Amino acid sequence: MSLTSEQVRKVASLARLELSDAELSDLGAKLGQTLDYVARLNELDTDGVEPLVHAIELSNVLRPDVLAPSLPRDRGLANAPRTDGKHFLVPAILEG
Amino acid sequence: MSSLLNLPAAELVTRLAAGDVTSAALTEECLAAISQRDSSVRAFLNVDVERSLAQARSIDARRAAGESIGILQGLPIAVKDLICEEGVSCTCASRMLENYISPYSAHVIERLRAAGAVLVGRANMDEFAMGSSGENSAFQVTANPWDLERTPGGSSSGSAAAVAGRLTPMSLGSDTGGSIRQPASLCGVVGLKPTYGRVSRYGLVAFASSLDQIGPFASDVHGAALLLEAMAGHDPRDSTSVDRPVPSYTNSLNEPLKGLRIGVAREHFAEGLDDEVAEVVRRALDVYRSLGAELIDIELPHSKYAVAVYYLIAPSEASSNLARYEGIHYGHRTEKAGSLADLYARSRGEAFGTEVKRRIMLGVYALSSGYYDQYYVKALKVRRLIRNDFDAAFAKVDVIAGPVTPSTAFKLGERTSDPMAMYLSDIYTIPANLAGIPGISIPAGLSPSGLPVGLQLQAAPFAEETLLRAARMFEAATDHHRLIPPMARS
Amino acid sequence: MSYDVIIGLEVHVQLQTVSKIFCGCSTAFNPDQPNVQTCPVCLGLPGALPVLNAEAFRLAVKTALALNCQIAGFTKWDRKQYFYPDLPKGYQISQYDLPFSHDGHVDVVTEADGGAVRRVRILRAHLEEDAGKNMHDESGRGRDSLVDLNRAGTPLVEIVTHPDLRSAEEARLFLQDLRLLLTDIGVSDCNMQEGSLRCDANVNLHVHQPDGSKVATPIVEVKNINSFRFTEQAILHEVERQWELYQKTKQTIKDAPKSTRGFDPARGVTYAMREKEEAADYRYFPDPDLVPVTVTDEQIATLRGELGELPAARRARYRDQYQLSAYDAGVIIDQGREYSRYFEVVAEGCGDGKQAANWLTQDVQRELNERGLTIATFPVPADVLADLLKRVTNKQLTIKAAREVFGALLEGEETATTARIEAIVAERGLAIVQDDGAIDAAIADVIARNPKPVADFKAGKQQAAGALIGQVMRAVKGADPQQVRERLIAKLSE
Ligand SMILES: [Mg+2]
Ligand SMILES: [Zn+2]
Repeated sequence: MSLTSEQVRKVASLARLELSDAELSDLGAKLGQTLDYVARLNELDTDGVEPLVHAIELSNVLRPDVLAPSLPRDRGLANAPRTDGKHFLVPAILEG
Repeated sequence: MSSLLNLPAAELVTRLAAGDVTSAALTEECLAAISQRDSSVRAFLNVDVERSLAQARSIDARRAAGESIGILQGLPIAVKDLICEEGVSCTCASRMLENYISPYSAHVIERLRAAGAVLVGRANMDEFAMGSSGENSAFQVTANPWDLERTPGGSSSGSAAAVAGRLTPMSLGSDTGGSIRQPASLCGVVGLKPTYGRVSRYGLVAFASSLDQIGPFASDVHGAALLLEAMAGHDPRDSTSVDRPVPSYTNSLNEPLKGLRIGVAREHFAEGLDDEVAEVVRRALDVYRSLGAELIDIELPHSKYAVAVYYLIAPSEASSNLARYEGIHYGHRTEKAGSLADLYARSRGEAFGTEVKRRIMLGVYALSSGYYDQYYVKALKVRRLIRNDFDAAFAKVDVIAGPVTPSTAFKLGERTSDPMAMYLSDIYTIPANLAGIPGISIPAGLSPSGLPVGLQLQAAPFAEETLLRAARMFEAATDHHRLIPPMARS
Repeated sequence: MSYDVIIGLEVHVQLQTVSKIFCGCSTAFNPDQPNVQTCPVCLGLPGALPVLNAEAFRLAVKTALALNCQIAGFTKWDRKQYFYPDLPKGYQISQYDLPFSHDGHVDVVTEADGGAVRRVRILRAHLEEDAGKNMHDESGRGRDSLVDLNRAGTPLVEIVTHPDLRSAEEARLFLQDLRLLLTDIGVSDCNMQEGSLRCDANVNLHVHQPDGSKVATPIVEVKNINSFRFTEQAILHEVERQWELYQKTKQTIKDAPKSTRGFDPARGVTYAMREKEEAADYRYFPDPDLVPVTVTDEQIATLRGELGELPAARRARYRDQYQLSAYDAGVIIDQGREYSRYFEVVAEGCGDGKQAANWLTQDVQRELNERGLTIATFPVPADVLADLLKRVTNKQLTIKAAREVFGALLEGEETATTARIEAIVAERGLAIVQDDGAIDAAIADVIARNPKPVADFKAGKQQAAGALIGQVMRAVKGADPQQVRERLIAKLSE
């Protein structure tokens, strides 16, 4: 199977990825191939099998409520493409 | 002059500890080798000459002052460019993080520094660790030192090639579906993926969080044991790090395992495996038999589903882990954003490579409403079946031996247009990531065409000591690890 | 035609931890210094990993227990994925299908003096991380928005009610009760100005049809309301708007999906928020960086024990034990647990709950406000105030004198003591003289020296007694005016 460009576009929009037309058609085909391949899982009856999220199953890993040093602001902002020295800057967020 | 870099790691450590060789001298040799040979290997994205020499000299000074140096004794190490070090760039071989400098260090970096490592440079890789050939790096394509027209494997392409090309005696990689073991096999070096939770992931840039694990590359088993020993152990900053004592892997390394039971899975020799690889692996099994090990047939009936499971779980997690790269808090930001919506889509569209986009798309699709149960949950269920297979096998055997990868190193460019073929090169390594168990690739000799072939050993969770001792038995009996690619012979 | 108003609330409450839910950064409210309480974890930097704050979990469970919720024995963490600049990881760590608690209720007293009670069922309460704060350019010139991540990663409990509320006023009362409950058990300061308690309201109408059936209007979610009053106003407006719309369009819940609106307090109206291009698809999945939490019955019992007496029970007890009005009990309980404890010590110590309540709701409250103090830092300890008021109950001091002593205690540099009361009373001669002989002697003397007023009184001019009482009081310093009056009138009436 191959994903339609409509389907690919919808996924790309959820993923926040701007794709060229060439990428759209490549992705439609390649994703389709992969989905065909993974369809083999349907051969297996997995009723009653507990999903395994963590390969090594731990629980109750907690930290005490104590302060640890924060990063100085300039280091926290150092990698940001745009700042005013105090905040991260983004194009105006329109609400309402 | 016969290069120190041609010596196995075990011997280098002994000489450093004895003061026969200084860390500075060894580091200088690495830097010289890099400047001579890395223009053809292209293993490094970044080498800081001054800093590594300063680190080496300071270690030497401490040794001279009678201070104890950690177990790494001043060994130079290359670090895959997705493990954060404070003040050092961490690109993940992506345009997205081309200018990113980490403001903090990974747990393993802190541990290695404390253990006396000299961090010489940052190793190339597939972008965000997604790939099996190193060709998905946004910056350069690393070559296999055994044949510069061939792939070193991936995603830890630079880390494997640096050790194989005798540029550094050791390196760090990360393994999500085989990204340490597969390139180790193709490059003829030792590469180990530890048990999930054995090594802290704090500071490892995530690809697929439930599968990722940092591990060592070295020219010999001792080096891998040493590096693992230096970085394994509990880290309270990683909730999935397991609080469990770390044995001295190097202490017991040379004790052969009596009555070793080796599992051989029929599924590892099924169709898809190249004859010349199968041949080398069978010979390796014979070596074990001759050493007194018992070979036992086992079954891993769900292993044939591992690639399918992996290509649902890993992209799903990746699609989420890579959502943070959007050009606001760090990373590439498009010049052409009118609105916030454009900013996200264009920054990501411009800076991610094709394979990264494919996996994000696959993951978003698999997690999206209507498909979640059909794909993601189904994959997690089969993941448990794969884990159960291993549990059953390890009730009967100590280690499982088999191939690492179906073929020897393929030509660069050969599989770039066929992702499925590329994905299938990890068919033997992926199950260990899904099950969380440790696996190692050790040199098992050369194919008739003169390319390295690795032997994979896998063990039960936290049985790294067994894994390493079993690996060392083979190494001691064969000396394949002393094979050096022609380009690195001096 | 008439209609029922159907309201369900989603309330986000910040928990009072020292550090954030998944890292060691401070949770202090600090809008003046943006981006100083951030680290690799809450900035979502590559490679950083979350570890759950034990105290956040503990406070969350206490919260749920106070809401009469069931606590799950096993709970896990999920990623809720969406893109927004205040969410640096591109996902919020939250809880999806296995929240740590579910199925509780809160009984809201909807009328004064303990009348009708509305039981509001709680669907679930889950724990999650807060986002940062985006600040928009208000000038309308479309300048960049600013992002401050100090708040990102503050622990939040999200409480989701069933649509059990039936009016805007009930919604406000519910929120007020909730705030009282949560501040009382010490899990949150519920400071709405600082955003520690925020509310989304889901509102629609069930319109009665001539045939007796009911038709539901489309559900509207009013987002991010940050005061009790605004909640009430927003719902009132929404009800009016939906009713008008229904009469015009007859649109029902089947005709339109749930929509989202904001509330503009300046105009008192709700407004349509920009619809996303597509329906939200949060792609929830279990967070592989975090591991599940299990809770034992024993742990639940311990935490339940730590809850102590909740405000509703205390209100009832104050009514029964101290004969307080619902209003007075409410004023005291609203001030929090420490304040209530103070009140109880005073009430027990002076033996007069009503008098204690009067003092706390007036004198003490006024001084606290004027001096900017809390009951914990108030310089008159509860047992000292109790001692003072007991002197009034025992008729050793007049109320006026007690106020004077209270004022003097507050003037002092040090924490007030009963010895100080003793000294002030002695210095200023404020004690009521109990010596009946002295009073009687003074009365006899005053009667003898004032024949005119005595005659007037006897002729029926009651007020003539006033001047006589004044003279007795001057003669016997510290006499209780009530006692003087009684004895004088008795004497005159002989
Ligand atoms: Mg929420
Ligand atoms: Zn933080």
